Amino acid sequence: MGRKLTFEIFRYNPKDPKSVPHTDGFQLEETDSMTLFIALARIREEQDPSLQFDFCCRAGICGSCAMVINGRPGLACKTLTRELPERIILMPLPVFKLIGDLSVDTGTWFRAMNEKVGSWIHTDKAFDPAAQEERMENAVAEEIYELERCVECGCCVAACGTANMREDFVGAVALNRIARFMLDPRDSRTEKEYFDVIGTDEGIFGCMGLLACEDVCPKNLPLQDQLGILRRKMGWTALKNLFSFKRT
Amino acid sequence: MEIIVTDLLCIGAGLAGERVAVEAASAGFEVICLSIVPPRRSHSSAAQGGMQASLGSCCMGEGDCPQVHFEDTVKGSDWGCDQEVARLFVETAPVAVREMAFWGTPWNRVVAGPSTYYKGGKQFEKVEASEREGLITARDFGGTAKWRTCYTSDGTGHTLLYTMDNKVVELGVKVHDRTEAIALIHDGTTCTGAVARCLKTGDLRIYLAKATLIATGGFGKIYRETTNAVINDGSGAVLAIDTGIVPIGNPEAIQFHPTGIVPTNILVTEGCRGDGGTLLDVNKERFMPQYEPKKAELASRDVVSRWMTHHIRKGLGVKSPYGDHLWLDIRHLGVQHIRTKLREVDEICHNFLGIDPVKDLIPVRPAQHYTMSGVRTNKDGAAYGLKGLFSAGEAACWDLHGFNRLGGNSLAETVVAGKIVGEKVVEFLHGYETSFSTSIALAAAKLQQERISRIVNCKDGKENVFAVRNAMQDELMERVGIFRNGKDLGAAVDNLQKIHERAQRVGLRSNGVGANPELALAIKIRGMLRLALCVAYAALLRTESRGCHAREDYEERNDRDWLKRTLATWNEGSDLPVLDYEPVSKIFDLPPGERGYGVCKIISCDGGVIGA
Ligand SMILES: Cc1cc2nc3c(=O)[nH]c(=O)nc-3n(C[C@H](O)[C@H](O)[C@H](O)COP(=O)(O)OP(=O)(O)OC[C@H]3O[C@@H](n4cnc5c(N)ncnc54)[C@H](O)[C@@H]3O)c2cc1C
Ligand code: SF4
Ligand code: SF4
Ligand code: FES
Repeated sequence: MGRKLTFEIFRYNPKDPKSVPHTDGFQLEETDSMTLFIALARIREEQDPSLQFDFCCRAGICGSCAMVINGRPGLACKTLTRELPERIILMPLPVFKLIGDLSVDTGTWFRAMNEKVGSWIHTDKAFDPAAQEERMENAVAEEIYELERCVECGCCVAACGTANMREDFVGAVALNRIARFMLDPRDSRTEKEYFDVIGTDEGIFGCMGLLACEDVCPKNLPLQDQLGILRRKMGWTALKNLFSFKRT
Repeated sequence: MEIIVTDLLCIGAGLAGERVAVEAASAGFEVICLSIVPPRRSHSSAAQGGMQASLGSCCMGEGDCPQVHFEDTVKGSDWGCDQEVARLFVETAPVAVREMAFWGTPWNRVVAGPSTYYKGGKQFEKVEASEREGLITARDFGGTAKWRTCYTSDGTGHTLLYTMDNKVVELGVKVHDRTEAIALIHDGTTCTGAVARCLKTGDLRIYLAKATLIATGGFGKIYRETTNAVINDGSGAVLAIDTGIVPIGNPEAIQFHPTGIVPTNILVTEGCRGDGGTLLDVNKERFMPQYEPKKAELASRDVVSRWMTHHIRKGLGVKSPYGDHLWLDIRHLGVQHIRTKLREVDEICHNFLGIDPVKDLIPVRPAQHYTMSGVRTNKDGAAYGLKGLFSAGEAACWDLHGFNRLGGNSLAETVVAGKIVGEKVVEFLHGYETSFSTSIALAAAKLQQERISRIVNCKDGKENVFAVRNAMQDELMERVGIFRNGKDLGAAVDNLQKIHERAQRVGLRSNGVGANPELALAIKIRGMLRLALCVAYAALLRTESRGCHAREDYEERNDRDWLKRTLATWNEGSDLPVLDYEPVSKIFDLPPGERGYGVCKIISCDGGVIGA
């Protein structure tokens, strides 16, 4: 016999005038290798078919299923119930707009983030289909990949004190994205251009450096290092800007 | 009801849908993509291994060229593919890979000098030439003559999709995520968009478009055990089936992957075997060499999946509470290799199994993986039957893969077909004028509204939608799986017809208000059953074995009678699809012959028997 698990799940359907925010309790018997994906799917099928939550890949790859699990943001599909106590409290991610129950609108938030940081290779060159590719050192490719592994799950944003206080804060995920493009020799943006995007209180200077973000990142991205590097670089760029301003 | 008008409506924002969108937006057309999930969460992101293109830059790819890639693809398809399409594809793939590099994909590159690799459990050395340093490199994958699979560590689909969606953001292409198309709008000859349900609010919307693209990916979720994402439940194929006009090509062509982990069916990449991983049985002994002396674990995936099932049926599987399985062994690849080159696999083992693949064996068994079948199109990506309707990617039967897709050829297909079909859509849109009939659109939407209201109010019955879906999944898994025979397939068709009837009597248990998930499934369950019936019935009628379609009662590939493609359509009110056939290819640059792996008894076109 497995453990008897008790799930306390946040419930609210904004589309239903009769619905008010509250918590519902569900009981399940634990089975081998049970993840929150397996548990929630069972609760929906066997107990309450209206329960809203998001899963897609169920393999920790797509970033769909972030929620607050016993007080901590994480990917539900890669959380084994055996790592949790018998009482499991599930809440939707804060910061993002609630769709219903455990489901939040990360799509709109991340699209806006990508637009804001200009999350694409900026270049004046045109693609030449007849030419061989430009060469790149494998080590550089791997460094870029290391940062590109972010799955836009939103855990770092949900855990971030600044992001919870000010809506316009871009979050560690955006700063990591900028760091990814700064590494990329194909991107022609100058430090000054990056500075214009994130050298503000909405960007790197809004960060309090408490590193809740790195703590919760399910992809173990080196957010602390990236924030440090950016802060130093942006500090320099700020100084240089000031200096060139004085001379003109 | 909200009506939105655009030039191109891409139903699906995975790699294929977004690549077409990029092409059309770059040509100045207005594009809207729909997606069930935010675009970057599309299932393309789950592809780990890589994509094939014959760049021939790494030393083990020396001498590779489109011709060799072509031959691998046609053989892989068991001569079931359209050879014109295959030719077009192999010639465009190198350009497509370089284009993705140009847009930002961090492909792994050639590192000059010696390094080691494993094949079939043995270590070998290779030396990369210094003049190739920094070019896009490739790894080995099942069923190919050369190392041809370009990759970014274990996250190729992820980096490609992020690169593509970056491009979409740059071009300002609109993506309406959490929007699910539930019916096409057409008048019997021309398609003019789709009716969609907003998955944030539950509201219906009408999209009117000059061109509509179905790029909804695979439909593995009609099976119980599948490597596919939760959302891959066939709603794209259902759009086509429900027209009664647009055929599904080769519905019986379903691929299984040898290495889904037990119990969650999460895929561990073919790269594991490519890099030298081996398969072991209950006695911890390798068994593939005994069935496939030359290629062993590297034979194409249908062949490996079948031998695994065969070996398990012989009683040599490992017993577990979730059924029998086999072991995948990558321990000898070493800590360094596993933690870097196979990092995602390493993570999957730790997170979903609680084991360490450096020290432990990985429990695996075959699971449904890929649908070669899909919305039948011509080589331009234009769907049969309706003007203005296109399809690309896994959702389409363009027919590059025939009866078996090679690993790495489907990511390649998404960007290659996306590019080619995108260009054709642009050609189509130039100078195309159509008038939208609001009455047809409103009628289509009203029909859906009424259906939904019947389901919500249990007007047709109270069948539990989850129970109906589970019954369907079990039926396909048990009787329309890796090994097939007439008796089981016949029973499956009968049973699926009964389940199809139940599907029409589904009624909700919840109130159906807002973004209700029970309703989302209830809307498409009828169509899913029709799709399942297409698969089972087409499999029953195809009395031969070809690629992944393995009939125990017809073991030979029969080119005399079956060098043809199934086309399945559905007449409203019927309980079986109508099956039609067409020749697989107009041209045969590579005439049907032996694949060089797998069972090879062949009845050739002239009736002669090879390999009896
Ligand atoms: C686990 C796994 C690993 C794989 N590894 C490899 C590999 O290494 N190499 C390789 O070549 N191939 C691999 N494949 C196959 C390959 O990833 C897919 O074939 C390919 O990515 C499909 O891309 P797509 O754009 O056609 O569809 P997807 O990426 O699946 O996108 C489908 C899109 O359609 C949307 N959609 C679906 N239905 C609707 C609807 N009704 N309304 C609106 N939107 C809808 C979805 O939201 C999504 O945006 C793998 C597949 C799996 C499952
Ligand atoms: S370190 Fe900065 S970005 Fe990270 S959680 Fe703290 S404030 Fe937020
Ligand atoms: S940085 Fe980490 S926590 Fe933040 S969105 Fe990316 S993967 Fe999620
Ligand atoms: S469902 Fe994809 S990360 Fe959890």
